[in-house]
Amino acid sequence: MHVDEVTVRRIAHLARIKITDEEAAGLESELSAILDWVEQLDEVDTATVEPMTRVVAISLKQREDVVNDGEKADEIVSNAPMSENDLFVVPKIVE
Amino acid sequence: MNDLTKLTLSEARDGLAEKDFSATELAQAHLDAIEAGNSNLNVYVLPTPDHTLAQAKVADQRIAKGEAGRLEGLPLGIKDLFCTRGVRTTACSKILDDFKPTYESSVTQNLWNAGAVMLGKLNNDEFAMGSSNESSTFGPAVNPWRRTGSDDKLVPGGSSGGSAAAVAADLCLAATATDTGGSIRQPAALTGTVGVKPTYGRCSRFGIVAFASSLDQAGPITKTVRDGALMLKVMAGHDPKDSTSVHADVPDYEAGLGAGVKGLRVGVPKEYRIEGISEEVAKLWERGVAWLKDAGASIHDISLPHTKYALPAYYIIAPAEASSNLARYDGVRYGLRVPGKNLIDTYEETRSAGFGDEVKRRVLIGTYVLSAGYYDAYYLKAQKVRRLIKCDFDAAWETVDVVLTPTTPAPAFAIGEKSGDPLQMYLEDIFTVTVNMAGLPGISVPAGLSSEGTPLGLQLIGKPFDEATLLRAGQAIEDAAGRFLVPKRWWV
Repeated sequence: MHVDEVTVRRIAHLARIKITDEEAAGLESELSAILDWVEQLDEVDTATVEPMTRVVAISLKQREDVVNDGEKADEIVSNAPMSENDLFVVPKIVE
Repeated sequence: MNDLTKLTLSEARDGLAEKDFSATELAQAHLDAIEAGNSNLNVYVLPTPDHTLAQAKVADQRIAKGEAGRLEGLPLGIKDLFCTRGVRTTACSKILDDFKPTYESSVTQNLWNAGAVMLGKLNNDEFAMGSSNESSTFGPAVNPWRRTGSDDKLVPGGSSGGSAAAVAADLCLAATATDTGGSIRQPAALTGTVGVKPTYGRCSRFGIVAFASSLDQAGPITKTVRDGALMLKVMAGHDPKDSTSVHADVPDYEAGLGAGVKGLRVGVPKEYRIEGISEEVAKLWERGVAWLKDAGASIHDISLPHTKYALPAYYIIAPAEASSNLARYDGVRYGLRVPGKNLIDTYEETRSAGFGDEVKRRVLIGTYVLSAGYYDAYYLKAQKVRRLIKCDFDAAWETVDVVLTPTTPAPAFAIGEKSGDPLQMYLEDIFTVTVNMAGLPGISVPAGLSSEGTPLGLQLIGKPFDEATLLRAGQAIEDAAGRFLVPKRWWV
């Protein structure tokens, strides 16, 4: 599968990663090479195979629906690049 | 006093119990070794000497009171993928900047509860994505092994390259590591150390920086199989904070090591005889078969027909999960922020500056295979192939107890030798990745030296939650092969 530059830019935007023109050109060939290589999976007949989503056959455990953590907003924002009054500060979103 | 850093984990434990030395002396010996060698080896990205000595002092008090835990006073290195409360944790990515977790990973908490002492945080490939430790934002960790007659710097493998190199260079008694496609076993093989990747669900993933959540597992890198047994016993166990961690008894692995391999059924899969496997690796594998046979095991040719497809399927599933897991690095809640014109622009600038090339590549591949129109062709297809890989092993377990393979196709390579070609680098995991895809336990045990004078490892693969048998078989290989120590401490 050849990935063109337009696709690389679309994917980069979806992934929220800014890329330079130079990076876009490099990624075009690198991503194409990787996708070409994984296409060997087409040789495998999987028509009747169920996809595997977990390796250990357990159903996810449930716990009581009770509050067992919290009241530590100061800890939660302690690593934030910008915070104010225990809130994360972001650039203005609505005018 | 003899050099305390040359002890194995279990020897140091016994020495502390005999009061041959104190936990503080043991810690100080390692801190001195780190001080002397880390600038050349770049294995610690953050030594924590104050923390080390404070923990060692407490350990000495507990030993004096007869309250020693299983790992009391034993100094360990911690891969920088494990969150450590109040101690900078970066996954060796620029994007985590100066992140100081306000919580402790469950695996490291288990170690501290048992009395272990932290020497510092160890280098790894950025977000554990790599097989050479070259993608770390702190620069590559260096393998203490060199080729005979050469000063070229070799990679220690990856992603747990700092862990493996630190253990091989005696800069810690043992280290924690993680393995998503081979990141414990491959560096162990390239440094002459023992690496155990437990069954998926055996160790809690809580507080470990996530790469690919259906594949990631924590495990130890150690000097000997016995040390691996000792470390795993403490690291493993059910954790309510990780819903995929399994309720299963954790046996006393060390106690079972002496039982031998008489009657053990060892499978040798023909699909691992790939093109590109070096002559000496093929020979080593034959020698491993002979050792186990001599020790009383029976050898069986088996087939794991979908082996060839494990690596390409992995390079769909792992990036897909990574692209989702790494969405959290948004420049808002923690880590780096590069201000942009608006919020979206801030995300894009932050992630562009914060992620390295290999991480970007994998996030983009992951985003692509999960995007509208491609999901079925790539992601769903890979999940189906994954089931076939697991079914191969399920069938094998009807006739054998463990599977023996080489750990890597070749010994350690030089820094820079493979960094230009992502696909070439991915092939490093060709023998290890099937184990993660099937969720099985695996161990790499040093088994010989290459013609270049550098270590090679053999891998044993076991049934789910049967690490005990794996370690027992690993011990048989170690007994036959002996240990492989770095000939010269050139880094001091």
